[in-house]
Formats: sequence, structure tokens, C-alpha cells
Amino acid sequence: MQSSDQKPNQGGSRRDFLKKSSIITAIALTPTVAVKAAENQADERFAELFEKIPLNLTVNNKAYKTAVEPRVTLLDYLREELHLTGTKKGCDHGQCGACTVHVDGERVNSCLSLAVMNEGKKITTIEGLANGEELHPMQAAFIKYDGFQCGYCTPGQIMSAVACVSEGHTSSRSEISEYMSGNICRCGAYPNIVDAIVEVSKGGMKA
Amino acid sequence: MINFQYLRTTTSKSALNLISKDKNSKFLAGGTNLIDLMKRGVTSPEKLIDINHVPLKQIEAVGDQIIIGALASNTAVAEHALIKEKLPLLAMALNAGASAQLRNVATVGGNMMQRTRCGYFYDTEMPCNKRQPGSGCGAIGGFNRMHAIFGTSDQCIAVHPSDMCIALVALDATVVLSNAKGERKVLFKDFHRLPGDTPQLDNNLKADEMIVRLEIPNNNLNKNSYYLKVRDRASYAFALVSVGAALELSDNKIKDVRLAMGGVAHKPWRLTAAENFLKGKEASAENFEQAAKLAMTDAKGFGENNFKLQMAPNSIIEALTVAKSKA
Repeated sequence: MQSSDQKPNQGGSRRDFLKKSSIITAIALTPTVAVKAAENQADERFAELFEKIPLNLTVNNKAYKTAVEPRVTLLDYLREELHLTGTKKGCDHGQCGACTVHVDGERVNSCLSLAVMNEGKKITTIEGLANGEELHPMQAAFIKYDGFQCGYCTPGQIMSAVACVSEGHTSSRSEISEYMSGNICRCGAYPNIVDAIVEVSKGGMKA
Repeated sequence: MINFQYLRTTTSKSALNLISKDKNSKFLAGGTNLIDLMKRGVTSPEKLIDINHVPLKQIEAVGDQIIIGALASNTAVAEHALIKEKLPLLAMALNAGASAQLRNVATVGGNMMQRTRCGYFYDTEMPCNKRQPGSGCGAIGGFNRMHAIFGTSDQCIAVHPSDMCIALVALDATVVLSNAKGERKVLFKDFHRLPGDTPQLDNNLKADEMIVRLEIPNNNLNKNSYYLKVRDRASYAFALVSVGAALELSDNKIKDVRLAMGGVAHKPWRLTAAENFLKGKEASAENFEQAAKLAMTDAKGFGENNFKLQMAPNSIIEALTVAKSKA
């Protein structure tokens, strides 16, 4: 929480260091020289830059013990590592909601969360919503009310809709619209999405 | 995103120790603005210190104040019974900001620390004195429909986009900051900065400090509060103009009043002159109009945002009128 982006790097920064010495190759070829160079010029960052961070998390009730680079988002981890491609990458900047998943029961944009920030958390994706072959009531309601056209935003819409109901923000159609505003549908299926949410909010969400 | 070192800490002491070691490190809370900026290449810290597990999430009444921890989520604050009852303006402003998904992870401290920004700040191909001091301002003479009309400089006309901060500046909040040596307090109105000759600085937080909590004095403004946000779509968009208005009325006389505006300046914009005019007067349409006129002294448009010169006073009148009409 500070604002000093604009200050140029002082002294031997990590990137300067990598730029001026191709130390990665060097280490492989001449260990002693390179290690000495690393000792002299680089600090602990050199070792940690490429280090993957251990990560334990539960996704759709399955525990994963793994390690990821710090820059991997939860979205990319789910899609690229776990191959759970139901969660969609839309804008990748928190503006469209296609990447919405539940973290410890709360809806979040997985594109703006680093995987490593989710240590010990329980993640639910669209793949984890159904009970075997039995659809979650929200999934069934989206089909019943035609809550989609192309379907790209739908996993995010459904995850957000489930949270919207459990949060209790369904007292009126306008309240539903307000609390679903983080999910954009370019096909414009909004009225049907609201229909589906209204039905589920009245009937309860028990599968 | 350029890779970085990631560290996680559970105490503010160790967080402060870590931040003081490395100038190009940043605290990571919800990350909803920081990670976005890193993806765009606008900022690229070498080290992120994850402070999400530091116990600074309290929301409580202590004496004649309400205390909110820096890491309380925007949702936790907006949905808290104490806040809804005592500081409804803050709850309304929070709920007008971002989306439900973002509010679930965005923190109070992070909301304050989100960058004052505009499209030129985000576009690394364009000049921007805030992103790269001395490179020029693309917005002055460029696309500036969203930009500031108050407190601008010839270096920067971007606006601070927070809704939460508008309520907090109106409610006379105090920010408590901490470094390795101890705590200091800053009035919320003095936390954020105007651009002047240093548009790269959004606020007065020092490099070795962190925000630990807010202290908000109790008030009698809760009955007649309203946050009006005017924007291009009904929800989930930045304000063109927003107004936080709170009145303490005795019959129809204004005992106390708070007014602040968003979408109009580099920092949350408190309307002190308009408040002073209204204090002790009747809560009448004529007085609201006069106050709105006073608030616009020194306003300056930059072309595309000239409409704000009319929208802003209209919004002040509307917000006061709705606040007054609340039972």
C-alpha cells in the first residue's frame, strides 16, 4: 500500500541483473563462476524469482497439493493446470464476470486473484455445482428460462446467480439486476437470467 | 504479467519489516486494482507482500467512534449492521461501487490505495505524468469526458474513482497509519493529494507505512443521508459525478451537513463552502441551489467534460433533496 511505482529501481534490481548477465545459462555451464556472480551481485531474489510457491487448496471438494509461480492467477490455474475450462476468461480484468468462482462460498473474479492468495481455501467452479448427473437448481432454471444465447458468460452468470441468492439480494428484479451487474452478457439474455434467479430464489436451492 | 517474489505474512509487524527492506515492494490485499495494473504493465513491483492474513478486519463501536480495520472487505463493511445503522452513507457508497464480486475481496485500505487514474494512465503507449513523470498529459486536450473539474494541474486531470472515499471524507474519518516506529493519524481529507507538480503521488502514505484502521466519529446524520451516483449505465460503472449528502435536521433547520463529491477531482472532494453556507439555514430548495452554486466556484472544464459543470450542481441539489426527504 504505497505509491512509488514511478521511482526507478535503485541499485542492482532483479531485472537489471537478469538483463546484464545471462546467468541462467551461466549456471548450467560453469557453476562455480555463476554462483560467485550470484553471490556478489544478486540477493535472495535470484533464487526466489523462479521458485514456485507451494499451494494447497480444495477445488470442487478435491484437495490439491501443488506449486505455482506467484504470477499465475486463480483463473489460469483452474484452466491451464487443472483443466477445469468451465470457468471462462472473458476480459481478464475484472470487468465482465465470466471468470466468477466461489472462494469459501463467496463469489470472486478469479482473474484478479493470484492462485497463491488462495492457500487453504475451498474453491467451487461451475464443474462442482451439479450433484452427479443432477443439475443444480440454478443450472436447471437457466435452461428452463433460456438464460443464455452463446453461453460464454453462462458459467460466470450461474456462479454469480447462486451467490446472489445465498446472499439474499433477490427481493426484487431491480435488486437482482444490481447485484448481478458484475456479469456482462453480450447476447443480452438479462431478462431471462433474472427470471431464472427469481424462480430459484422462490423455490430454494436444494438440489 | 512480469513475475515477482511473493511473501505472505500474518502480522503487521512483520509486514512493516518486509516493506521497509525493499523499495520496489508492495502490499497485496484484495489485489483488484494492483493485479489489474500489473497485468497492463502499468506497475511491476518486484515483491508482493500478501497481508490478507494480518488481523485487521474489525468493525466495531469503541467509545464515540466506529473503528474499521484496513483489511475489512468492502462487502463486510457495507453489510455490517452497525454500519447500516450508524453510517448508512458509507454503506450506500460502498454498494454503489464496483460489483459484488469485487466488493467481496476489495478491502477498505485497498479501496483508498487504488490509483487515481484515467485511460491514458492505463495505456502504456500514451504519455501520462502520473505513470511516467515528465512524459506529458494525454487527457488535457485529449479524450477527457471522465476527467476532473476541480483541483487540477497542468500535469494531471485524472479523478480518484472511489465511492467509499466520498462517504469517508464526508464523515470526518481519520486514517491510522503505522510504521516500524509507531502509529500516526491523518485526517481522511488530507490522506489523498491533488496532482500539483507531483501527479505520480496519489496520497501521503509513506513508503514504510501501512494503513491499519479508520476511526469515524459518531454523528446524528444517519437519518438523512444519501449517496447519489450518476453514471453511464445503471450499475457497475465509474461515476461521472457522485454526491454524498448527509443532513442533521431540527424541524426544517439544518443543524449539521456534510457534502462531498466524486468523479470531479484527483481526491475525494469535500464541499466545505457549501456546508458552511447551509449550516443553520432552512433546508429549502433555494438554499440547496445556492449551496450548489457556491460549490462550483473554481470549477473548470476541459472540453469533453464541460457537461459536469452543470451535472455537478444538479447532482448536489438532487442528493440534498433526497437526503432531506428521508423519513
